[in-house]
Amino acid sequence: MKIIVLGAGQVGSTVAESLVSEANDITVVDVDAARLRNLQDRLDLRTVVGSASHPSVLVSAGIEDCDLVIAVTQSDETNLVACRIAQQLFNVPTRIARLRATDYLANERVLGPDCFDVDLAICPEQVLTDYIVKLVEFPEALQVLEFAHGKVSLIAVRAFQGGPLVGHPLKEIAKHIPSVDTRVAAIFRGESPILPEGDTVVEAGDEVFCLAATENIRQVMRELRRLDQPVRRVMIAGGGNIGLRLARAIERDYAIKLIEYNKRRCEFLSSRLDRTLVLHGDVTDEALLEAENVGDMDLFVAVTNDDENNIMSCLLAKRMGARRVVALINRRSYVDLLQAGQIDIAISPAQATIGTLLAHVRRGHITQVHSLRRGAAEALEAVVHGDRDSCRCVGRKIEEIDLPKGAAIAAVVRGDTVIMAHHDTVVMAEDHVIVFVTDKKLLPRVEKLFEVSADFV
Amino acid sequence: MARQLPVLHALSVLIVIFALAMLAPLGVSFVYQDGARHAYEKGLLITLASGAALWFATRGTSAELRPRDGFLLVALAWTVLPAFATLPLLSSLPGLSFTDAYFETVSGLTTTGATVLSGLDHLPPSINFWRMFLVWLGGMGVVVLAVAVLPLLGVGGSQIFRAETPGPMKETRLARRITEAAKGLWLVYAVITFACIFAMKAAGMGWFDAIVHAFSTLGLGAFSSHDTSFAYFDSPAIEAVAIVFMVIAGLNFGTHFLAFRNLSVSPFRSDPESGPYLAVLAASVIGIALYLTENGVYPGVWTALRHSAFNVVSIATTAGFSSTDYDKWPAFAPMWMLFLSCFVTCSGSAGGGIKMVRAELMVRQALREMQRVLHPRAQVPVKLSGQAVENNIIFAVLAFMLMYGGSVIVMTMLLAASGLDIITAFSAVMACINNTGPGLREVGPATTYASLNDFQTWVCVLAMLLGRLELFALLVIFTPGFWRR
Repeated sequence: MKIIVLGAGQVGSTVAESLVSEANDITVVDVDAARLRNLQDRLDLRTVVGSASHPSVLVSAGIEDCDLVIAVTQSDETNLVACRIAQQLFNVPTRIARLRATDYLANERVLGPDCFDVDLAICPEQVLTDYIVKLVEFPEALQVLEFAHGKVSLIAVRAFQGGPLVGHPLKEIAKHIPSVDTRVAAIFRGESPILPEGDTVVEAGDEVFCLAATENIRQVMRELRRLDQPVRRVMIAGGGNIGLRLARAIERDYAIKLIEYNKRRCEFLSSRLDRTLVLHGDVTDEALLEAENVGDMDLFVAVTNDDENNIMSCLLAKRMGARRVVALINRRSYVDLLQAGQIDIAISPAQATIGTLLAHVRRGHITQVHSLRRGAAEALEAVVHGDRDSCRCVGRKIEEIDLPKGAAIAAVVRGDTVIMAHHDTVVMAEDHVIVFVTDKKLLPRVEKLFEVSADFV
Repeated sequence: MARQLPVLHALSVLIVIFALAMLAPLGVSFVYQDGARHAYEKGLLITLASGAALWFATRGTSAELRPRDGFLLVALAWTVLPAFATLPLLSSLPGLSFTDAYFETVSGLTTTGATVLSGLDHLPPSINFWRMFLVWLGGMGVVVLAVAVLPLLGVGGSQIFRAETPGPMKETRLARRITEAAKGLWLVYAVITFACIFAMKAAGMGWFDAIVHAFSTLGLGAFSSHDTSFAYFDSPAIEAVAIVFMVIAGLNFGTHFLAFRNLSVSPFRSDPESGPYLAVLAASVIGIALYLTENGVYPGVWTALRHSAFNVVSIATTAGFSSTDYDKWPAFAPMWMLFLSCFVTCSGSAGGGIKMVRAELMVRQALREMQRVLHPRAQVPVKLSGQAVENNIIFAVLAFMLMYGGSVIVMTMLLAASGLDIITAFSAVMACINNTGPGLREVGPATTYASLNDFQTWVCVLAMLLGRLELFALLVIFTPGFWRR
């Protein structure tokens, strides 16, 4: 597949990075030559220096025979113009744009064929905000992902001593909570994945991925660790786009304090937020944190655009008694350094946001892709089409499906019902299948399974 | 002086229009043959002649009115027009002094409703019509003044809404031009007046009473054609109609205008004043009804509720009608009503006082200061309808409150020094500066302002004008800076 990525910022580089490893032909366009050189040094891709919306630049990036344009520059307007040009002048079949301003999304005609003609609009800030909101709702989880329009959720939980299931084999979970149908999709012990069997024993410290109907999440989590008090007080460090969106999303239900360094930005924030207490100051200012009782916070979320500030303020908050701290960290090396250390949850913005985008790029009928463990593993949702002859899944029991080792079907959603996968569950046409893949290298083989072969019309 | 010529020219036009307004009572006099015809003919001619003379004297001044001239024009309009309005009163009521006549007409045009006349039932119908027509005209002027003109001058409650930021308040700029907005407002005002006339008639009034009381109600002035005001009718239905229309008249007419134009009630929901306005009224009505029952003033809670509803709404919206002598109620009730009249009405209504929006801002400013003590680094904006209000507006409101308090104290002292007891003095000043009408004791609902001497009457006139022109619009022309180049 020939793909042009416009913009080599945070999102652009991550997108390029994840797609390059999947054997695609990638060209990255950016105005900043240094950034491109840096990217080219690490990855096998082509780069073009120039403005992303100029037709001549697009031509030299090879837009004439390109299959997909991903416009992820800093500017909404550049992205929109590039998509329009790609469609009108060069007939690019699929166009994806990053849009920050919600105004563009408010009226669907803006993205329609008679206007800018964008197939998919992604807003990384919104995706991240949703991610963090889930963590506020389920403070014990490391990550909460929704599939099949929210009917099924995948949660990542670290097992702790004190959970009824910890120290016991997995098959006992059915005895503990007989009313709840759940399935453990994978366990990570240290860095290595374990594909769970019925007699796998859960140990304290394991990162356990469970799939369950959304309303049962809490009961499943209770098996793996003692549940904390629900979150009431949240402190947000950093009032950028994410901080503002996050505060707006949760200020009705939680008591929120937000710290921002820029005085003018503070004024803006306080005019946009109704119940949030906006504080002017440095997020690593110990005196300020002390005065504002950081020790009583149930959750401390650092979302400035500076990794070091996020890490330091989280460490500080944790030491001063905040119950749980969450940091936004862009650099992967930092993330690996810190996760499971003093920072409870490190979120990699780029990884969290490219899921929806990847779903669009993948072949087959993949509707959702979520990166797990900062991109090491993936959970994907696919729709099964065809019949027994044209597709390798339809009409077969799960044990008959030729899944590679390291991949597992965790659940099947049929219409409105959620079926936890067992070895004898039969997959039918139009089912949504949720597949857990512990190693990204297996992805092409998994995707092939869901393709409908050519003789099927 | 040449600089003020455009103002005088504009004023001459107003005087001529005002002269034509005298045709209305002239017509009434003709219909009822009440013998007061000559009074209007004379008044009309004198007014018309003065206006025309002024027009000719100042013609040829091509200079446009500047925003600053607006202050002078507004102040002159509210002082000169009442003087002409006294002409019919003076010539048909021998024995009435100019001071008292001027008090009466200022009271009408500022929609106060305080009166020095008694024996109202025996006055020629056209005189009563003229008095109450003045209230209606005044209310019309006030609504346009408050919604469309004062914001241009940068004073008045509505300036707070002038923010050009997007959001719920952006529609508050009603129309692109003042004349357009004024036409819309007058239309709404007229439509509601007609509705009120028909409702009053349906509730049992005669046509004449229905028309003049609709005038009085919409303008939120308390003139009545009966000495006993609404007690004369002694009808719960009429009182209920009056309550509804007083409540309507106490809302912002700009909001009415938007609601009419969009045919929906959503403008009231997004308007920051309507909610608190209705809530305070409802709570006070119920509270005072319970208080009266508790103190055994009325035999049953329903009677108490009927009197509480009418009188509390009437005083709080600064209309000033009464259905009973509420001054006889235990002291808390009339005091609370007097207090309500200070701040309950919405900006852009014909009501007087501080206005709800200023009161809300003050409360929020106070809460903000408390929050600042707790969180020294917090950025706490004062918000109205989800929009942050700029500090300079809050300063302006603070200054207004200070001037308001200062004016009340100074004028109360003047009245007290001139021999009134302190409750009468204070309540008279409050009733006049809030454009309510009746005060307590000597100027209470059962009596009139006739017992005041000339000096005291002039102080009350000043209070009414100050309140009506929202202090600054009047006081600014007494500053030397206003007259300097």
